[in-house]
Amino acid sequence: MSMFRIFDVAGSAVSAQSQRLNVVASNLANADTVAGPDGQAYKARQVVFTTELMGASAAAGVRVTDIVEDDTPGRRVHDPKHPAADEQGYVTYSNVSAVEEMVNMISASRSYQNNIEVMNTARTLLQKTLQMGQ
Amino acid sequence: MIHRLTDALNFQTQALALRSERQRLLAGNIANADTPGFQARDFDFASALRDATAAQRAGVPSPVARAEAQLRWSLPAQTNLDGNTVDMDRERAAFAENALKYDASLRFINGSIRTLQDAMRSHSQG
Repeated sequence: MSMFRIFDVAGSAVSAQSQRLNVVASNLANADTVAGPDGQAYKARQVVFTTELMGASAAAGVRVTDIVEDDTPGRRVHDPKHPAADEQGYVTYSNVSAVEEMVNMISASRSYQNNIEVMNTARTLLQKTLQMGQ
Repeated sequence: MIHRLTDALNFQTQALALRSERQRLLAGNIANADTPGFQARDFDFASALRDATAAQRAGVPSPVARAEAQLRWSLPAQTNLDGNTVDMDRERAAFAENALKYDASLRFINGSIRTLQDAMRSHSQG
């Protein structure tokens, strides 16, 4: 019964999207982190989605295969009074772009909703199938 | 002799199996809406059903295998920089349409079953 596979497929997508939301939350939380003593500020993270074939048939789920760090240099602000300022008086903040992360969050939440709806539809159809002939 | 009774159900059964196959395929497309490089797939339901019923007459009853042989890549209406070809609007519409038609096939089957049951009942009462 291939309908049952829908739960695996949509479930994998929901799990992947929630992982993406998790990373967005971590990025947004660290949007204003300054560089520590090692001079390295928090780097924005992004998830990498890959298609995962489920079983021998054509069912295609999703999986997060990697979480990559954004290597662009962090934001530098001139603030000599700041305790974390370097010799030139610059403070290095994390390279998180709040706008990008918000867009990412909305996209993840929409995809999450879509997949939940897919599961709900599959559930209704399966329920009706189980009641066949009654 | 008994297979005469179920012959009427066979067509809708094939349709139902193909509908559930397509539903799963569309679920996979929706799940991969954000996967870079993913190519959306679908099949032509009418020709798959035609093939399946023809194959059944020849004695090879596996509509799902027929559908998998007919998988096509869908062409995106708007190209995407990451190579993903899932058109969410189209997939959602196809998903809703397919769910409705799955439901319709179920109703047809239920109707046939009820007709058969009625035929049997009236005989025993008469």
